[in-house]
Amino acid sequence: MTTLATTRPNPLTAGQLPRGAVWVTLAGCLIVGGVFDSLLLAPFNLGPSLFFGAVLFLPVMYGLSRAVEGRRTATDRTATHLIAGAFVVTLLPLASLVWETLSNGIARFDAQFFTWSMRNVIGDGGGALHAIYGTLIVTGIASIIAVPIGLMCAIYLVEYGRGALSRSITFFVDVMTGIPSIVAGLFAYALMTMLLGPGTINGLSGALALSVLMIPIVVRSTEELLRVVPNELREASYALGVPKWRTIVAVVLPTALSGIVSGVILAVARIIGETAPLMIAAGFTNSINTDPLHNPMMTLPVFVYDQYAHPGVEREFYNERAWTGALTLILLVMALNLIGRVIAKRFAPKSGR
Amino acid sequence: MSKRIEINDLNCFYGAFKAVEDVTMTIEPRSVTAFIGPSGCGKSTFLRTLNRMHEVIPGAYVEGQVLLDGDNLYGPGVDPVNVRRQVGMVFQRPNPFPTMTIKDNVLAGYRLNNRRMKGSDADALLERSLRGANLWEEVKNRLDKPGSGLSGGQQQRLCIARAIAMQPEVLLMDEPCSALDPISTLAVEDLIQELKETYTIVIVTHNMQQASRVSDQTAFFNIAGTGAPGKLVEMGPTEKIFSTPDVKDTEDYITGRFG
Repeated sequence: MTTLATTRPNPLTAGQLPRGAVWVTLAGCLIVGGVFDSLLLAPFNLGPSLFFGAVLFLPVMYGLSRAVEGRRTATDRTATHLIAGAFVVTLLPLASLVWETLSNGIARFDAQFFTWSMRNVIGDGGGALHAIYGTLIVTGIASIIAVPIGLMCAIYLVEYGRGALSRSITFFVDVMTGIPSIVAGLFAYALMTMLLGPGTINGLSGALALSVLMIPIVVRSTEELLRVVPNELREASYALGVPKWRTIVAVVLPTALSGIVSGVILAVARIIGETAPLMIAAGFTNSINTDPLHNPMMTLPVFVYDQYAHPGVEREFYNERAWTGALTLILLVMALNLIGRVIAKRFAPKSGR
Repeated sequence: MSKRIEINDLNCFYGAFKAVEDVTMTIEPRSVTAFIGPSGCGKSTFLRTLNRMHEVIPGAYVEGQVLLDGDNLYGPGVDPVNVRRQVGMVFQRPNPFPTMTIKDNVLAGYRLNNRRMKGSDADALLERSLRGANLWEEVKNRLDKPGSGLSGGQQQRLCIARAIAMQPEVLLMDEPCSALDPISTLAVEDLIQELKETYTIVIVTHNMQQASRVSDQTAFFNIAGTGAPGKLVEMGPTEKIFSTPDVKDTEDYITGRFG
């Protein structure tokens, strides 16, 4: 037996706005916002118009939806629109930043930029090879210092640490997270002065400053990842008669490896853009210097700052180089993130059948 | 390959809290001994003292003696790692190593203990252990797949294979079937019957039918109240415990009048 749906109204139905109503309303509100803006602020401005339109849209849409669909759906829609709005507002600066850097940096994104230093370059031409070398060397050394220390510190905190010592280490790691980067630069400079005499400015010093900033990030992310490794796995390993250190090396670390790797990559990405400590500790130069132990070493962020802040007579060449330097830095960070993701995927515990 | 365990006046603590009090018992080799009792009565805690896994928990310690064929597990200078190599353990929830393949999981005990073995020996051990755990036929074509891709029951049998690959003297099982369906449970119970030919087996279970099906000896643990330590109430041949126990509490528990 079949019941025909048409015999009586279905009590389960509720009013529904037609599809596309949201977009039509949004467009309407934006137009009204634009008109309002032109009347109020005389010439038309895109930013305020969008803002007025969006502010108008929320109550209008709520009223419409409430009239047709009822209160629950109307509230739901408002929440959805607020969240979508927050998403757009969050993405706008990123999109704008990438666009600005790309459009301004692409002009000098050429072979010369990646094969020349700034030695004896005045005005046009020149490149950032010295800064790219410097960034890679300084960040590389900083990682070599910070990653083992951070990893071992996290292993101690999670696997061995008990009582006052471990609590104070956790506390000081938190304090280190909050160290202003310029202070890390001063620390490295002071340390080098103490060890090698005053005025020692070199790549190693910059790497030291960066590692001070990097260690707490590595400790924190690794610690969190080690803590989520289930205790059952450790116990399973102990029950097989595997010693504790071997359990950590062969069971705990591999299980958390993918997360640890991406944590380290994120830490590198975080410090690769540091400027202030490197200005103090690694200094400025226009020449290629691949020796981290002697003489100043240029890095990309400092290069960008230097080109922008100390331009020569034809300013646009310096500005162009600054933008291209910034673009290179963004691409480097992006490449690091991609590599991190690939590695994380590679090492992730497999669950396929 | 199978040793007798004697426990004398054993007390287990978690910090200041005494979880198990004054347990004295003898566990016979080549037999299955079941621990039954209400939740929180210290069965699992007590079981974990038999391979020194109790002390892995911060603040936990033990007083008393556990003799494995006369050797005290808690004697001075005893290395818990050596104890655990002789007394294997299977846990409540299947816990294969997620980063390892089925093969590596079974051989984990050897590999992680840095023992070298020829490829052919490793393959033989792999097959023997997996056959021992009734898992060989199901996984022989996918030994290089991750162990976590198996079903729950298969994972538990993989963990049993991993434990018996170490050829321990004693095998401890902490509610090995509580996370499994009836068919997998049956497979594990059949397996226990086969394993007792070779090993001393101690099993904690909440399932009275399971205790009566698989065990030769049954020990009943009980607790006086919250915060009080658990005690061994009665231990004896399974048939006797399930038909004419000496203590009234045991009878009440088994017939379902409490717990």
